[in-house]
Amino acid sequence: MVAKQGFQNEKKSKGFSKWLKSRKGQEAIVIVTFMLIPLLLLFVFTYLPFAEMFRFSFFKMKYIGEKEFVGLDNYIQVFSRDDIFGALKLSLYYMAGSLVQLAIALYFASVLSFKTKFGSFFKGAMFFPFLISGIAIGFIFKFFYTRGFVFDTILQMCGFELDNLPYWLKDQGINNISLVATSIWRYFGQNMVLFIGAIMSVDAEMYEAAQLDGANKWHQFKYIIMPSIRTVITLNLILSISGSLSAFDPPFVITKGGNGTATYFVIMNEIAHVTQKVGLASAMAIVLFIIIIILTILQKLFFKYAFNDGTEDNGKKRKEIKTAKGVK
Amino acid sequence: MNVMLKFRKIFFTFFKYFTLVFFTFVAVVPIISCVITAFKTDEEYAATNVMEMPASWLNFENFKGAWERANLGLAFVNSTIVLLCVLTGSIMFGAMLAYILSRFKFPGNGLIRNLFLFAALLPGVAMQVSVYKIMTSFGLINSLPGYIILMMGTDVISIYVFIQFFENIPVSLDESAIIDGASYFTVFFKILFPLLKPAIVTCMILKGVATYNEYYMANLYLQDKSKLVVVSTSLYTFTGPLGSQYNLICAGLLMTLLPPFVIFVLCQKQIYSGLTSGAVKG
Repeated sequence: MVAKQGFQNEKKSKGFSKWLKSRKGQEAIVIVTFMLIPLLLLFVFTYLPFAEMFRFSFFKMKYIGEKEFVGLDNYIQVFSRDDIFGALKLSLYYMAGSLVQLAIALYFASVLSFKTKFGSFFKGAMFFPFLISGIAIGFIFKFFYTRGFVFDTILQMCGFELDNLPYWLKDQGINNISLVATSIWRYFGQNMVLFIGAIMSVDAEMYEAAQLDGANKWHQFKYIIMPSIRTVITLNLILSISGSLSAFDPPFVITKGGNGTATYFVIMNEIAHVTQKVGLASAMAIVLFIIIIILTILQKLFFKYAFNDGTEDNGKKRKEIKTAKGVK
Repeated sequence: MNVMLKFRKIFFTFFKYFTLVFFTFVAVVPIISCVITAFKTDEEYAATNVMEMPASWLNFENFKGAWERANLGLAFVNSTIVLLCVLTGSIMFGAMLAYILSRFKFPGNGLIRNLFLFAALLPGVAMQVSVYKIMTSFGLINSLPGYIILMMGTDVISIYVFIQFFENIPVSLDESAIIDGASYFTVFFKILFPLLKPAIVTCMILKGVATYNEYYMANLYLQDKSKLVVVSTSLYTFTGPLGSQYNLICAGLLMTLLPPFVIFVLCQKQIYSGLTSGAVKG
């Protein structure tokens, strides 16, 4: 009996090793070995923390020490504390900023896609800020906006009186605009490069044909450039909404959230790592995350219905985005 | 009529170059002001207007001072280590995963793609609340390898760049190699991986810039600034009592900007095209 079982096991393992050598077996091996590490990393540093964060949001706790279950208390605090939920209002500044940013980027993309003297110099100079780290940008603009320093000096050269100028980072009427401006400064060149890429993907003959037909620059912009980059623009518009909600860098590095510039995430960071109210910070993260999920679903629906006119170019673009989004 | 047209053309050309020059000025002035300030001595900095040229463009004292204060030598060494490991890791794993996802049909393929996409939606700063706790329990706070592993694990864009690229390589290429008796590993490492070169360059640029500039997590997880300083966190030295000595700060800042600047000047084209192909996702 025992011997028989042993024999069977052997047969099984023989079958297994044979299976391993077969094409299907090889396939399984390569799938498992190639995906093991990336999936492990994804699980440990994304999904595990996400699940933990969800759990933490129901506790009153610090990083070390006792936990106390408080139910929905943290969530109630998120919505009732003025400083937290009110901070989301600041994202309106960032949303407006990203509209300005897209408009500037679009203008220069359509200018620089055509022959321009020193075109690549202009393009490079406007793009370079994108390669600067957030912390360096923080220093650059603290210096730039300090009373009597760079910005004030330039304005004085243009004939403004120093006494009439506000404190760019202190006056609550203007400081959020100053911060948003740094964000525009950092990203408009990058947006521009993206748009140029999309415009360049249009067949150059289209422009020649249009010119022969007597179309002026505005017509070219409206009928050739716009349709070809509509998808990229829409995508960027939508991304900018969730980007505005999670605005963090400019206030974090320039003002540390002082003088009414603390965005939602700056407050969350403070609560999480300075006062160490981990539960409350987790609840804040979850709330914002739910908002972002809702926006993303809306965006998917929007894409599904907004781009159904079936012109060839659009169809291609849509497919690209779908592939990139993994919907396929 | 002709005169009118000509006038319009001149006006638009003027407008075009005016806006170009103006915005280029806006883009470079904050940086130029740093360059000017970095060459000023302490006395000069205190006495002169910020936009006034320094007395000597050869005054490298601030650069020396900032290099020492911010421990930039060590910072560059650490950043290089981080960059090498993170880029190797994320490119290898990204390409391997993309190979599996684009070449094999198995249950869960779509699910895995979506898991990675969903992960990209989670705002990074927010996630650190609980990642911090997990890192603590692994003992990975204040550990360079810990930071490297963390940076490797979160890259969706490169996976998608690779997947797009794989979809443009004909499957018949792998199939004929398999028929010739090659294993899947040989197919991947010997045949497909070398073909991925353009995609690899794209990912190296995108991920390289992001890693070099990343400072939030570096600041959070590499707290021992005397040993584990990286380039992005080295600048934090200047937030303390040196907070207003901008001639020193600007010098330090410019040194950290130099590597990206050199790379940008050398491979502008690749950076632009890399961005365009990597950004369909955003």
